[in-house]
This record gives sequence, structure tokens and C-alpha cells, in this order.
Amino acid sequence: MDILYLLIPMTAVLVLGIIGVFAWALDRGQFDDLEQHGARILEPDDASLDRHQAP
Amino acid sequence: MTANAHAAVPVNYTDETVRGFALAAVLWGVVGMLVGVVIAAQLTFPDLTYGISWLSYGRLRPLHTNAVIFAFGGCALFATSYHVVQRTCQVPLFLPWLAKFTLVGWNLVIVLAAITLPLGITQGKEYAELEWPIDLLIAVVWVAYAIVFFGTIGMRRVRHIYVANWFFGAFIIAVALLHIVNSAAMPVSLWKSYSAYAGVQDAMVQWWYGHNAVGFFLTAGFLGMMYYYIPKQAERPVYSYRLSIVHFWALIFTYMWAGPHHLHYTALPDWAQSIGMLFSLVLLAPSWGGMINGVMTLSGAWHKLRDDPILKFLIVALSFYGMSTFEGPMMSIKTVNALSHYTDWTVGHVHSGALGWVGFISMGSLYYLIPRMFGQTKMFSTRAIELHFWIATLGIVLYIAAMWIAGVMQGLMWRALNADGTLVYTFVEGVKATWPFYLVRLIGGLLYLAGMLVMAWNVVMTVRNGRAVPSAIPRLAAA
Repeated sequence: MDILYLLIPMTAVLVLGIIGVFAWALDRGQFDDLEQHGARILEPDDASLDRHQAP
Repeated sequence: MTANAHAAVPVNYTDETVRGFALAAVLWGVVGMLVGVVIAAQLTFPDLTYGISWLSYGRLRPLHTNAVIFAFGGCALFATSYHVVQRTCQVPLFLPWLAKFTLVGWNLVIVLAAITLPLGITQGKEYAELEWPIDLLIAVVWVAYAIVFFGTIGMRRVRHIYVANWFFGAFIIAVALLHIVNSAAMPVSLWKSYSAYAGVQDAMVQWWYGHNAVGFFLTAGFLGMMYYYIPKQAERPVYSYRLSIVHFWALIFTYMWAGPHHLHYTALPDWAQSIGMLFSLVLLAPSWGGMINGVMTLSGAWHKLRDDPILKFLIVALSFYGMSTFEGPMMSIKTVNALSHYTDWTVGHVHSGALGWVGFISMGSLYYLIPRMFGQTKMFSTRAIELHFWIATLGIVLYIAAMWIAGVMQGLMWRALNADGTLVYTFVEGVKATWPFYLVRLIGGLLYLAGMLVMAWNVVMTVRNGRAVPSAIPRLAAA
């Protein structure tokens, strides 16, 4: 099972990386005030389509 | 704010690549499903293409899997991720020329696959059959994809990164890692290489790759799709935004460990098999978190399902996702796997996830996306979407029911022992008993392909009646 010498350190690095990304997101306020972000998806994100209907 | 104050701010999204990938997805969907029907026909009528080497089953099967996963699924993911990241970040794509490169590069990969696989050029690793020059091209295109996607997020004008982008981002990073590690090989000629790994170690790396291809390419990426297009189509926010974040982190962590469930009762060490089984069972929770979140988004709007076939696609997709992510953990249990492994139950499970979840969520999302890429808000024919939905659903049900019955039957026949310990059935008797179910599966697949052809027609009519007008980015308040 020599492949473990690759897989386990690689996984550890990956997990550390993931924790780092999570910490960055937490620090930058990505998880604050969640409900409004869910609701904001309903606002129009295409200005031209909301002005025009189908030709 | 005067117009001059915003002179440097881009006005339009960059949707040329979105358009290109969306249409490519529909084309490759038809191609991939057609090859699927051919190989299903070959299993039912084995002499169908007798003697034509480039149409032999062994060569066409990987063409089918690569076409439906990477060509159909891949183009759908490119199209929707490029569409969603722009709109949720309120910016055009970072380096649009690089995005165009991914459009050309990815489709070149597909064409090369379509040529080399029927010629028998293969690395022999499931879902990673393409030989080393194409693997290199995939790596280059994927790095470009990552630069465009994460660069766009980096340039965002909305501070919060919408949850769909987390799923897309995880999918992109994970696939890069999986591809580079699993495809490591020593070339010996232009079209021949040998894997860097061998024996049971290769098996472990292969199925770490293989199951994470399911978990990140076919799940995380399409969950990203789901989290944008369901709220948009249902005109409802995600049921619980908090849940979407929690199950995202749980999902991406747990999936990495599930691979060994492909290697139960093989030479893989027992402890590795146990880890695979355990984490596969745990995976049920974050997967169902996603399903519940998506389905419950319709809370208060269930009536919309009656008249909206796009919503039917999207919600039924999640139902199949829930089914598959319950079935999968069950099949990961070693005692269950002892029956199911190598049988057609596995094929049934794959196709309930592929046709039901991946196919339907892609179709629903493309039906939302494509008209909007051509200056409209609806497809040419809503009745055709409804027809597609019902034909395809019937196809899926026939397919998976046939495979469930065949698979359990095979497993039971293979293990049936006489009182003196000899086998009751020869292997070929199991094959003969399976035949009617191969026929039913072929019919199911034909129906699914027919639905895809209806979609292709609808898309052509929509494009012909529309105009590829640029979409404007709305003015926004800082968020």
C-alpha cells in the first residue's frame, strides 16, 4: 500500500487548504446575515431581459 | 450617478461562451445518448455490429460514458457556471478570451475522444480512458477554466459569494486534483502510455478518482446549477440558505473518502474498505440536505409544478438525486455490495443518478438559460418541454426498474449453491436470464434519447426565433 505515502500527506494538505479557505470566508463575513443572500437571488440580474419581452 | 462616472464599468455580461457551451451541451447530449442506445442494442443483439472494430462494444462504451459525462455534462457545467458566476457577482467574465479558449479547447477534447476511443486508443481506466496527449489538453483547459471562474469571483461587485459559486468552485478545484493525480502516466509513444500506478494501488487511485468524479463533477457541480436555477424558475429563495452552506462543507469533506466502496472484497485492505463504507453511509446526510433544500424551496409554490414543466424537470431531478444518494450508501454496505457488485444493479444505480439527477437538472437549467441567451424569456414550445419530461421520465423508470430486477437476479443466481456447495447456475445461464431486461432497458434508453431529440428541436426553434443580444448588468447597491 505504498500509494498511501502519497494519498495521506496529499489529503492532509488538502484538508488544511480547505480549512484555510473556510477561515478566510468566515473572516471576510461570507457567513454573516445569510437570509438576505438567499433572498437576493430573486432580484433581476439581467437588466435587458427585464426591460424587454420576447421579440 | 452620471453615465461618465461609470465609464470604466462594463455594461454587458460576456455571454458568447455561455451560448456556445449551452448549444454544445444539447448537441453532445444527443450524441452521447445515441451511443448509449447503440451499446444497449449491442448487449441485446450482440452481433449487431459484428466485425466492425471501431463500433465494437468495448470501444463504444467509453465513448458513451465520456460523451454523456464530460461532453454533455461538462458543457452544461461550463455554460451554467459561466452564466451563474457573472450574474451572482454582477460582473462580466474575467479574461473573456480565455473563456473562449475553454470553449474551443473543451470541444476539441471531445472531438479527439470521439476519434481515438473507437480506434481503440485507451488507457483502460474508467472515466479516464483518454490517452496522455488529450489528458494534457484537458489539464490546460481546466487551468484556464479555473482562472476564468475564480478571476470572475475575484472581480465581483457583490461582496457575498452566492452558495452556487462555492459548489462550482469546489467542483473545479477537485476535478483538477483528481484528473492530474489519476492520469499520471509514462508515455511510450504518441498514443500509448502506462499508468504511474499498478495493481491494487492503481485500483485505489482509480476509484478515489472515479467516485470523486461522481461526487464533484456529477454532484457538486450540478448542485451549483440547482442552487441558482431552482430559485430563479420557482421565484422563491433557497429554503434554508444556512443549510446550503452547512451541507456544502459536509459534502465536500465526506465525498473524498467514499472511493473504496468500489473495491469491496477485492485485494484492497479491509480497513480501506471499511472507511469507504463508513463515509459513504455518512454521505447520505449532506446529500439529502441538498435535496431537501432544493425541493422545499417550492414550499408555498407547489402549485407551480402543475403548469411549469421546467420546474418539473428541476424538482424531479432532485427526487432522483435523493433516490440515488440513498441507494448509493446502501450499496456501499459490504453485505449489500456482496450481492450487487458486478451486476446490473450498479448500472441501474448509475443511470438513476445520471438520467434522473444529472440529465434532468441539466435539461431544466438549459431550458431556463437558452431562451435568455437569445433575447427571450421562454423556449419556443412549452408543450414540447412537457412532452420531453414525460417521455424521459418513462424512459428512466423502464431503465432503472429493468436494471434493478436484472441486477438482484444476477446476484442471487451467482451465489446460489447446491447442498454440496456447487454452483446451481452457470454464468451463461445468468446472462440468458438477463436478456429480457436488456430489451426493456434498450426501450427505456430509446425513450430518453427521443426526449433529448425533442429538446434539440425546441432549442433549434428557439435560436432561430431569437437574437443573441448582449445582456446588461443592472446597476446595483453595494452588498
